[in-house]
Amino acid sequence: MWKKILFNPWTKRALFAVCLVPAALLVWRGFEGRLTANPVEFIEHSTGDWVLRFLLITLGITPLRKIFEQPLLTRFRRMLGLFAFFYACVHLTMYLTFDQAFDLKGIWADVLKRPYITVGSAGLLMLIPLAVTSTAAMVRRLGPKNWQRLHRLIYFATLAGVIHYYWLVKSDVRQPLMYGAILTLLMVWRVRMWTAKKPAAKPQPAPVGVSQ
Amino acid sequence: MLIRKPAEFRYSDITPKEQYLNRRRFLAAGSAALGSLALPFSALATMKLNGVTKSSFMVNEKLTSKEDITHYNNYYEFGTDKEEPAKNAGTLRTSPWTVQVGGLVNKPKTFDLDAIMKMAPLEERIYRHRCVEAWSMVIPWIGFPLNVLLKQVEPNAKAKYVAFQTLFDPKQMPRARYGGIPFPYVEGLRLDEAMHPLALLTFGLYGETLPNQNGAPIRMVLPWKYGFKSVKSIVKIDLVEKEPPTTWKLANAEEYGFYSNVNPERDHPRWSQGSERRIGELFKVKTIKFNGYGDQVASMYTGMDLRKNY
Repeated sequence: MWKKILFNPWTKRALFAVCLVPAALLVWRGFEGRLTANPVEFIEHSTGDWVLRFLLITLGITPLRKIFEQPLLTRFRRMLGLFAFFYACVHLTMYLTFDQAFDLKGIWADVLKRPYITVGSAGLLMLIPLAVTSTAAMVRRLGPKNWQRLHRLIYFATLAGVIHYYWLVKSDVRQPLMYGAILTLLMVWRVRMWTAKKPAAKPQPAPVGVSQ
Repeated sequence: MLIRKPAEFRYSDITPKEQYLNRRRFLAAGSAALGSLALPFSALATMKLNGVTKSSFMVNEKLTSKEDITHYNNYYEFGTDKEEPAKNAGTLRTSPWTVQVGGLVNKPKTFDLDAIMKMAPLEERIYRHRCVEAWSMVIPWIGFPLNVLLKQVEPNAKAKYVAFQTLFDPKQMPRARYGGIPFPYVEGLRLDEAMHPLALLTFGLYGETLPNQNGAPIRMVLPWKYGFKSVKSIVKIDLVEKEPPTTWKLANAEEYGFYSNVNPERDHPRWSQGSERRIGELFKVKTIKFNGYGDQVASMYTGMDLRKNY
């Protein structure tokens, strides 16, 4: 039954719509004037949260796939990752437009001087090659091995995002620590898989970039 | 919290304030007639402050809306999100309220709030308010200079600093445990700063008593310093000899100093203090040293390196 649901093209379309809900909510709140007294900050924080959530959900696909033996879950991974990138673009656009008013000197000074901006922009830059190489054609061109190696960047991008958040808050670190804990869990699972796999005989071809 | 809930529906959305106030009065009259106890609503509402005089301390800039001033607050005892204090501060009991004033003074005394409010005529002052997080507001406060109260207790010759302590009651402030900073919240000023006519002992804003989330019933306002110096809900004021501990400095001395004068030349280690976002506007504007109050306060700091004494 699960296989049928996962394979149904409507499942993917529905998930696409669900991933747009946070953006739609922001637009709706905007029309209603409910973006708080500081709309710029509210949108920055909200989209920043969603970047981290989508990255962590994307990183959760492989463990879920293995644990529940549902290889079809991989069908959604690229879309989820691209949504992380989408929210990161909104996040960055807000910063460039309203915090810096496109003042290139100010932006560069910020990147150099403020550790949380440095690590945040590093994480964001890492997402660009991942988004660019997300198409099936790019997977073919790179070859699955290289592609997979490149896409391990998501671990570092997510870590950068968590640190960016941790360094930003003043004293209440509950949320960034929660994201950090989830990331740690996902990475511990991976490391255990990698180390457990080595002696095993059959190298499993990773279902990379599976498209519809 | 994964998905932010839409802001809660407020009764004021459907019922005009006059009407519900009338209803409260009606209910109060009814319950009084029945011989019941005090009306339960009174603690929640702000009240109009009468006899407020205009002062000459007026910034000629557009006022921040009352809605924004009262729904975008840093009051960590009631939650660390800006919207949380407005939702959670209803549990703060502001009456009865006393302020204990003592330390190195000739006449230490514990004052009732009412007694303090009668010490001098209440003035309206429109001040800029600059938060260390690089946002700012323009707020019509109501109060009078702190020096009025300090003179009543007669600081003695040894007194060099003033230490403030704010209310901390975990029962009224259950969310304080997530604040990540030590409580009770404490702050301090040098005596000359505390005696400065700009240092406002504050009881209200926009013509009414302070809403709980803004530091009811009595707070400080120090317009040339970052907002966290302006303590809320004060219960104790002590005159002391040495620089008193201050909460944010205790939490992180490298980032938050004792003086914390608004200073675009001294960046916060993690973010720029060169500009600020005026609440209600989208783009940032340049921050002015001493938040624009340099003419009045700069002389207190002559000879001091304000980058070191941040």
